[in-house]
Amino acid sequence: MASSGFQADVKALQKHLAARHLIYQHQHNKQMSCPAMAQLLSNTLYYKRFFPYYSFNVLGGLDNEGKGCVFTYDAVGSYEKVGYSSQGSGSTLIMPFLDNQLKSPSPLLLPARDAVTPLAEAEAIDLVKTVFASASERDIYTGDKLEIVVINADGIRREYMDLRKD
Amino acid sequence: MFRNQYDTDVTTWSPAGRLFQVEYAMEAVKQGSAAIGLRSKTHVVLGCVNKANSELSSHQKKIFKVDDHIGVAIAGLTADGRVLSRYMRNECINYSFTYESPLPVGRLVVQLADKAQVCTQRSWKRPYGVGLLVAGLDESGAHLYYNCPSGNYFEYQAFAIGSRSQAAKTYLERRFENFTDSSRDDLVKDAITAIRETLQGETLKSSICTIAVVGVGEPFHVLDQGTVQQIIDTFEIAAEQEDPATEPDAATGQEAATEQGTAADQGGSTDEGAAPMDI
Repeated sequence: MASSGFQADVKALQKHLAARHLIYQHQHNKQMSCPAMAQLLSNTLYYKRFFPYYSFNVLGGLDNEGKGCVFTYDAVGSYEKVGYSSQGSGSTLIMPFLDNQLKSPSPLLLPARDAVTPLAEAEAIDLVKTVFASASERDIYTGDKLEIVVINADGIRREYMDLRKD
Repeated sequence: MFRNQYDTDVTTWSPAGRLFQVEYAMEAVKQGSAAIGLRSKTHVVLGCVNKANSELSSHQKKIFKVDDHIGVAIAGLTADGRVLSRYMRNECINYSFTYESPLPVGRLVVQLADKAQVCTQRSWKRPYGVGLLVAGLDESGAHLYYNCPSGNYFEYQAFAIGSRSQAAKTYLERRFENFTDSSRDDLVKDAITAIRETLQGETLKSSICTIAVVGVGEPFHVLDQGTVQQIIDTFEIAAEQEDPATEPDAATGQEAATEQGTAADQGGSTDEGAAPMDI
């Protein structure tokens, strides 16, 4: 889960979900699938509808069949399964770029491709790096360092990249 | 004889100063199928005998993971055991949430003991009918505790509970002085041998026992059947080659390396489908 917003709420939310995940593993003897966690996150956020977690989230992971999925949220739990998303500061710069690269030209003519981004892993990582480097240029809050988490059948891997320090 | 007058509820003392309901609860533990635990300086091993009600049913789960660093084996009313493990899991999760560090085992067993004590002092409750062997690792090392239905708890180097546990206890008493410095693998072998003592004649197969390990750098997990069967095979073969001695383990250590290769193949094929309902 990648989150943007108020750090204390982000941390609290992460810890809450981690504890719930542990309970799930004890009860079901397996890891939660991404769609299951997606619903849990939504419920957790809406539970505090009248004193929200100030956290804008994007959830990524593998479903029960091993396929990748991405879910995007607002602060009170409204969520949608998408092929790509961005939240937080700089998202106004990043989202149009991702739309340009990944959104299918017309949903009427072709089957819409943006439900599953047709990228190879290396291409996707490259796109993420490009997108953040570009956002760092113009958004004053985006910069310093980028952490990329790659989730695939082999497990979870992290990559880091430096961004503009100003 | 006089027991029957003072054993109706847990809040009645007998003239001799005993609470019979609590003692009856400890009896329930003795009726359950055996569970054993042993520890070294760095590892704790739990083992239990899988008893199924009938050939058609599966056996009950008696070893539970509580957290990465704590596990528990139960004997007695398994339903009570399940409820208590759920309590222990919640306590561990809440502690980690608040303090960002694992719950020390010693604290957990005290909480468990206090919970058990409450049931011995309320007229509308009954004592938990389950004995728990809590195995865990914390900053002060590896620990094995036994929690009684009475609310008492004791720390042990090695212990066995449940039916026919006396045989295992005798075996452990003879060898416990060596356990502190045992390697992890030797500890597992000793655990399986102790379980074999409780079986008293029944063939030892991996479907009949469950072994779990926790140690430094090794989170709590249950060993899978294949691994257990391999270890069983190493000392079954060694025992046949010597006189049917009471302590084949001395030779096992030496023969293990050579025997394991051939034994594994034999063990695997003969035991396929031994427990169709094993979960």
